[in-house]
Amino acid sequence: MKLTIPAFVGRIAFSALAALIGAIFALPLLWFLFAPFNARAELGLALPDPWTLNNFVTVFGNSYAVQALWNSFIQAVGGVILVGAAATLAAYALSRSSIPGKGAVTYILLLFSSVVSGSAAMVPIFLIVSAAGLMDTHLAVILTFAGGLLPTAMFILRDFIDSIPKSYEESAMVAGASPVQAFFDVALPVIRPGIVVIVVWSFVNIWGSFLIPFILLRSDSNMPASVAIYSFYSEAGTPIVTLLAAYSLIYSLPVIALYLFVSWKFGFRFFGGIKA
Amino acid sequence: MASVEFKNVTKSFGEFRAVSDVSFDIGDGEFVCLLGPSGCGKTTSLRMMAGLETPTAGQIFIGGDEVTHLHPKDRNIAMVFQDYALYPHMNLADNIAYPLKVRGEPVAQRHGRAKEVADVLKIGHLMDRLPSQISGGQQQRTSLARALVYPAKVYLFDEPLSNLDAKLRLEARGFLNHLQRDMGMTAVYVTHDQAEAMALATRIAVMDQGHIVQFASPIEIYRRPSTTFVANFVGNPPMNLVEVEGAQIDGKLALKAEGLTIDGLAMTDAIGKALATSGKLTLGVRPEHLGIAEVGAINTITAPLFANENMGPESLVTVDRGDSARVTARIFTDDHLDLSKVVTLSFSHEHVHLFDSAGMRIPALGE
Amino acid sequence: MTTEPIEAKPKKVRNFALLSNRAGAAFLTPAGLLVSVFVIVPFFWVIFVSFTNRTLLGRTALNPEFVGLANYLSLFDPATFFQRGQFGFSLILTTQFVLASALLGQALLGLLLAWLIQTVPPWVKRITETFVIAAWILPEVVIGFAWFAFLDRDSGTLNMLLEGFGLPPGDFLLDQPFWVIVVFNTWRGAAFSMMLFNSAFSSIPPSYFQAADVAGASSWQKFRDIGLPLIRGHIVTDLILITMWTFNTFTPFLLTNGGPSYRTELVSIYNYRVAFQDFQFGKGAAVGVIMMLINLAFALIYLSIGRKKKVR
Repeated sequence: MKLTIPAFVGRIAFSALAALIGAIFALPLLWFLFAPFNARAELGLALPDPWTLNNFVTVFGNSYAVQALWNSFIQAVGGVILVGAAATLAAYALSRSSIPGKGAVTYILLLFSSVVSGSAAMVPIFLIVSAAGLMDTHLAVILTFAGGLLPTAMFILRDFIDSIPKSYEESAMVAGASPVQAFFDVALPVIRPGIVVIVVWSFVNIWGSFLIPFILLRSDSNMPASVAIYSFYSEAGTPIVTLLAAYSLIYSLPVIALYLFVSWKFGFRFFGGIKA
Repeated sequence: MASVEFKNVTKSFGEFRAVSDVSFDIGDGEFVCLLGPSGCGKTTSLRMMAGLETPTAGQIFIGGDEVTHLHPKDRNIAMVFQDYALYPHMNLADNIAYPLKVRGEPVAQRHGRAKEVADVLKIGHLMDRLPSQISGGQQQRTSLARALVYPAKVYLFDEPLSNLDAKLRLEARGFLNHLQRDMGMTAVYVTHDQAEAMALATRIAVMDQGHIVQFASPIEIYRRPSTTFVANFVGNPPMNLVEVEGAQIDGKLALKAEGLTIDGLAMTDAIGKALATSGKLTLGVRPEHLGIAEVGAINTITAPLFANENMGPESLVTVDRGDSARVTARIFTDDHLDLSKVVTLSFSHEHVHLFDSAGMRIPALGE
Repeated sequence: MTTEPIEAKPKKVRNFALLSNRAGAAFLTPAGLLVSVFVIVPFFWVIFVSFTNRTLLGRTALNPEFVGLANYLSLFDPATFFQRGQFGFSLILTTQFVLASALLGQALLGLLLAWLIQTVPPWVKRITETFVIAAWILPEVVIGFAWFAFLDRDSGTLNMLLEGFGLPPGDFLLDQPFWVIVVFNTWRGAAFSMMLFNSAFSSIPPSYFQAADVAGASSWQKFRDIGLPLIRGHIVTDLILITMWTFNTFTPFLLTNGGPSYRTELVSIYNYRVAFQDFQFGKGAAVGVIMMLINLAFALIYLSIGRKKKVR
């Protein structure tokens, strides 16, 4: 197809504008591409001189930093298992059983989950956790996130299961399978992509969260990496930039990897619903 | 193999009565088609046989045992679904062998049996493929294989050919017919395609709005449709229905309608009874029983030509009687028909069907 | 056929469903418990606590007293309402923040980006998308730290660039903290609007635009006459969602701590300070109740629109 000259100019202008916006978005992040590999990194943008991986070695030698990553992992995995299992069962029931009032349940859940945000409910969450004697434990963070993420996870998954024909389970039952066999042999494998999506979504949410662990945890040995990074740069006076840059990059890697995994597996658009 | 019986079965979804007080008996080894337009209750009836819906009232028997409230898995039936319901995470071997797996058969045996069935259906070479890696026709045969892999009392088919293109559908239809002759299975087959029902069934149950309108052999339904609905549903193109004024004149039945000339028909008691209610009758003639005649001939319908479609071995000639009341004739000729602007179509008395003002068939002499 | 009872060996079902009601209830139990304890109970508990003078430490930590509306009255005390560091100031600041960074910043930028990347070459699209989405998916502390470095007075990337262009550098975190968090939040959240609008645009059949091309429409006319009207529903959804998220966001705390001198203290940050730095749980709970009421209003609008869509 041949373009007219104004259309051609217009297209170049569009591309230039898109590229410019992309560059502006990139600016605050550029520093992260270089500083972790710079032996003398400072807050300014500079090409590493010399290039080094020593910063990463330092991070892995710092027991507090490693412990914090491990804590993040425990909390995220614990939360993901709870959310994944509970949401799968609940969404399946909401989609496939004819329990009376399930529409109302879904509506109320959605309403509450959007009303009770972490920053509005921090006081009662703190009080409940301390009343339960769970203050300063991984379990407190895991349970709080599981409760908070479940309504959305259930909703995403219920929609997914609704879109799967019931004839899968029906044909299994006609063929002689019990409801339990039909669930494990047929339904569960078929809805697995949906489960993967909510698992990734929950993991990214818990891994990256700051406020809830900040409030519910006290001791250094329980802090996740998010709180650790915050205290590194906010409280330590002059932050040790080299360590912090490398550490932040390591901490971001799982999120980046999961994002790439999801966009490779489900296509780019699926990620639109993945963060709330 | 076993019989199937419905006793006064009703199924309501809220206010809507999908199946309304239906009773029928399907004998051992019969191939019965439930035929009707969408929403007529045919699929709901089938799903009640399978146990996937529970009747609101009435009883269902399979092989003489009541199964009305039995779980599907306890009915020992097999079913082919419209969308095939092939499990996307299992290869063909596992899909076909799944009913044997839940029956606790060891792997080697069930895969052996699956292969046998698959070979018969010409998909034996695809056993390690996933359902997404085979063609639509092969998927259809896989779902058929999964139903045939174990001896069921009754085989249920829910529009199994509707997702195939026209050519594959003919092929699959022929194969099903062959299979039925071979196995003599008891089968209930849901379809909205009258040609499929005619080709496959030993008996057809024509359904409309939750009721069985006629339950008879294909020939019977073709020759003696019990209502205008059946007459209009079976046959392609459907039977021509012409609204006429009937009256008894000189001991004969005289029919009057625009463009219609007809000799007096013999009166019967049944016709007399119909006329007593209303003189408005419906005259039915199948397109294949109409011919082209000279203007002025008797036993004809004359009207302006609307369309003249040459299909190769036959031509469809349609005349328009006004108000979109059209009459189509199926003329068996591979010549091009040269027609004038007004066409006269003729028929003989033996091919006339009469329906009363409620649309019910008025039995002809000797029926 | 048979009037005598059949032997009741197989189980009978009263009404067939893929999952019986009893199993369904069992399936719902774990999720129901978790959500009840951590979402529904907090909602009611926070209302209760807001009528008490509960604190973290001291006498009233264990035996809080009922104080009626005292917490609400102190929040809405007309003498101090608009002062810096008081509730009214926070509320107005948050409103401005939502208007500027969500409704104007994120939504408009998202819309522009979504339209641009429909037409640009794939490689430009991919690079732009990558950075916009990176800003959105990276953990909030990392983003906070990145901006902390980016805005550094002496060696930050921004001042380096400004000097390179011959412009005067500045200590933006000190001088313009409000505009810093507005730009920050726009930058952080534009990806969501971009992706939502992008998928809305791509759900429009290409033939609509081709028909306009044939009729000789310009890119702007296509956007105004075809694109915009067809994604109106998505725009409403987007505006409500980003309003709610921006209203509740705590992320700017990681960049400014609410300072300097309360100039970026959004209600979420105000709530945190009152409850966890001043340890006045009763008053913090009252702030939480007001936030939830505002959330409730938005959620009801959102859900009623969603329901209408489903009915249609």
